[in-house]
Amino acid sequence: MNDTLSGWGRLPVPGREKLSENLERLTEGAVLCRGLGRSYGDSALPPAGHPEVVTTTLADRLLGLDTQTGLLRAEAGVSIAQLNERLLPRGWFVPVTPGTQFVTLGGAVAADVHGKNHHVDGCFGEHVQRLRMRLADGRIVNAEPDGENADLFWATVGGMGLTGHVLDVELRMRRVRSPWIHQETRRVDDIDEYIDALKDAAQKWPFTVGWIDCLSRGKSLGRGILMAGDWADPETAPARYPKPFPKITMPFELPSWVLGRASVKAFNFGFYYKHLPRKMEGITHWQSFFYPLDMVRHWNRMYGPRGFTQYQCVLPDEAGRGAARRVLELLSRRGGASFLCVIKDCGPENRGLLSFPRKGISIALDIAVRDDTQALVDALNEQVIAEGGRIYLAKDSFTRPDHFRAMESARLERFREARAKWDPEGRIRSAQSVRLLGDRP
Amino acid sequence: MKVAFLGATAGMGRALSRKMASRGDILFLLGLDPEDLARSAADLGTDGARPAGVAVLDLADPSSFAGALERAEAALGGLDAVVCTAGMFATQEALEADPALAERVLHVDFTGTVLFCEEARKRLLARGGGTLCVFSSVAGERGRKPVALYGAAKAGLTRYLEALDHKHRAEGLRVVTVKPGFVKTGMTAGLAPPPFAGEPDEVAARVLRAIDRGSPVVYAPAAWGPIMAVIRSLPRAVMRRVSF
Repeated sequence: MNDTLSGWGRLPVPGREKLSENLERLTEGAVLCRGLGRSYGDSALPPAGHPEVVTTTLADRLLGLDTQTGLLRAEAGVSIAQLNERLLPRGWFVPVTPGTQFVTLGGAVAADVHGKNHHVDGCFGEHVQRLRMRLADGRIVNAEPDGENADLFWATVGGMGLTGHVLDVELRMRRVRSPWIHQETRRVDDIDEYIDALKDAAQKWPFTVGWIDCLSRGKSLGRGILMAGDWADPETAPARYPKPFPKITMPFELPSWVLGRASVKAFNFGFYYKHLPRKMEGITHWQSFFYPLDMVRHWNRMYGPRGFTQYQCVLPDEAGRGAARRVLELLSRRGGASFLCVIKDCGPENRGLLSFPRKGISIALDIAVRDDTQALVDALNEQVIAEGGRIYLAKDSFTRPDHFRAMESARLERFREARAKWDPEGRIRSAQSVRLLGDRP
Repeated sequence: MKVAFLGATAGMGRALSRKMASRGDILFLLGLDPEDLARSAADLGTDGARPAGVAVLDLADPSSFAGALERAEAALGGLDAVVCTAGMFATQEALEADPALAERVLHVDFTGTVLFCEEARKRLLARGGGTLCVFSSVAGERGRKPVALYGAAKAGLTRYLEALDHKHRAEGLRVVTVKPGFVKTGMTAGLAPPPFAGEPDEVAARVLRAIDRGSPVVYAPAAWGPIMAVIRSLPRAVMRRVSF
């Protein structure tokens, strides 16, 4: 059997998955749950001393949808892709979706995922009404945002699966006007203008995000494409239901040199100048709007045998207008070639003790692993600490514990207290919690 | 179609029952655990036809069969098909190490399943026929080292279903024997998937077509048809040497 597991960044550790339709039985005595393995780093990987994780994906039943209120109860292994397939044709969409639909509800709670509507709707956890959880001591309890076990709830939302195993999730689904997206895209010339445009678009649109070219330097540093959208009105949308996209698979991994500086540059150049008119508008497919990368299965093989990491940080508004430019300049100075650089403004922080977003600007960079990756991440982290920002644990594999503590000191203390209360023996842990929180391996 | 469905809570049964409910078939769910049945009923009802009800039935306990099927028939207001995807699996090593487990697997997969089919057959024939779809396995196609015990039970089941089809097709009873190869479900979790391992969804789509057409035998995924044709034709001398 294949006895390694890895995150989406394809950096393997010894590990194996345990699967069953019966999640309740499966989580008895479990050390960690894992969903679809789309977190990039080591958050869904087992600690070295206990290489077995519970994979939740066979627990994929919907337990009821109240068509009056949109309240959906479902097992933790249900993916957003399954919800889209089963419920979008009936006019229901998840209140918050990340950039891939291949995440489970349990994973979405654990990472407290955010999406293009963070500036208006916050994170996934803010739309969850109740969790049914298996605790480290074996008990099964409910946790609610304002009622029963609220402290457990807010430690679990964004808590990277470290407070207990989510069995069932109750969340409020959204009614959509049509299954099509009305999209507007704009070409923007540099990073400062880009961020102004992003904040401007946020006033008007529920979904905004943008891609920028972080290789171009000087004046055009951070030129990019800003995308904004909303569910289309039924009058302007096509009458037919959008056809599912064909599945394309990246059949093998590319050699590491393919995604070098030159090719990334060429890609970015093409992407930017494809958008010749400054502004374009139209009706588009929900899959290409929300999940462009999902169109290629196993796209992570593109980064070659050494794998890759994603670096995602949020820079608070207090850091001022130039903060994003300073991070990109640092990346550019150190020669980091990021194929993808996604920038998005975030709304206010929620009550999740380790939930990632806060009011400010989030930057996400894909970085192929090279000899100097650790040094690059260290430098980026130092810059982020100086700006008062923080990183997203669902993406991380390289951050050092002292850097993490510097970003999270007060929140981390409360998170430790919650874990001490709900898992006093420290049974539930991950490769990431061993690395960053000093859990026993 | 009005269907009594044993095994909808997991694996291929879950996938097949979803396909049936979403096209409007009315199901009545039979299974071991009432809580698990209620969850599957809710799942099917969320975006398909809500099941007509659930009842507990244990394949190891033939005395539960008549009552449960009676309830199914009453709740459905008729009976067009009975589907059985339930069964037990354990590896040859586990079965050799634990005679009690071996006894249970042999009992459930052969005696229990056959007696369940007998009860279903009687009810369907009394209504003038219908479809009886039962999941056997490619493990019963040939005496093979890794499935000596499990395969023996499935071989017996396959022969019984074949005879049932011969005996009653003219009376309107269509027996569909499903022979899945390796399919990635909770039942096979922990085993290394061989080449051509299938997904429950593709099996379900194939089985549903077979049910609609009344095909007597269906291999799923399709690749297992030709594979088993080759394995059936291998001489004993070869079978003794190979490990599969």
